[in-house]
Amino acid sequence: MSLTKAERTVILSMWDKISAQADAIGTEALERLFASYPQTKTYFPHLDLRPGSAHLRVHGAKVVAALGDAVKSIDNIAGALAKLSELHAYILRVDPVNFKLLSHCLLVTVASHFPADFTADAHTAWDKFLCIVSCVLTEKYR
Amino acid sequence: MVLSPADKTNVKTTWDKLGGHAGEYGGEALERTFTSFPTTKTYFPHFDLSPGSAQVKAHGKKVADALTTAVAHIDDLPGALSALSDLHAYKLRVDPVNFKLLSHCLLVTLACHHPAEFTPAVHASLDKFFSAVSTVLTSKYR
Repeated sequence: MSLTKAERTVILSMWDKISAQADAIGTEALERLFASYPQTKTYFPHLDLRPGSAHLRVHGAKVVAALGDAVKSIDNIAGALAKLSELHAYILRVDPVNFKLLSHCLLVTVASHFPADFTADAHTAWDKFLCIVSCVLTEKYR
Repeated sequence: MVLSPADKTNVKTTWDKLGGHAGEYGGEALERTFTSFPTTKTYFPHFDLSPGSAQVKAHGKKVADALTTAVAHIDDLPGALSALSDLHAYKLRVDPVNFKLLSHCLLVTLACHHPAEFTPAVHASLDKFFSAVSTVLTSKYR
């Protein structure tokens, strides 16, 4: 699966708006994740995951920053996220199912912040993009 | 996810050991799939799916032949399975979740018939291989 030219354009054009609110979006996506899917909290025993916590904000910002790296190298996401891929494979070992959950929460968050932009086509583009990112982050697991 | 040289060796060696039985195993895997996961029957309204059905056996052979081709071209799965990929994307549209179910049943069938070969390492290699094939067959969906 790869992104069409049109999908790349949508992602690049929406990215400026998203990155302007990067921290808020990252934090909110994680809050949604931990609220809707509490089992995901298992990977963060070392963090304070209560809504509003500084840890959540810092981690949310990290996640969105990494997505930004992928957007900037949208033609070579595997290259841009190589280190993160190793981190997830050898240290974090997040079960792949959780990437779908976080992707869902990111989409919901982006949709709620930018409803006018989040057309069906934009939704597809973002879903495919997050799918590709998830694949890259789990591809060295075995 | 990339197949290592060891994975490829495991897959080729195991597949060679199947002798002429691959077709039969394909049929059995399908039967197991339809029995354990009845939702999968939805894709075969035009078939007689009762146990021992000649149509299921014939279809099992088709699936096995495609896998044999994949094994022979294990270094270029997208190329070897391109036509099948188009078929699944534009006509069959089998929900991706079902590939995992059939893969599971293929593994169970092989384990039943070749227990000595089906070591943990071989199991892992075959699982990765079926995963890679499934990815190719769903790669053009969107």
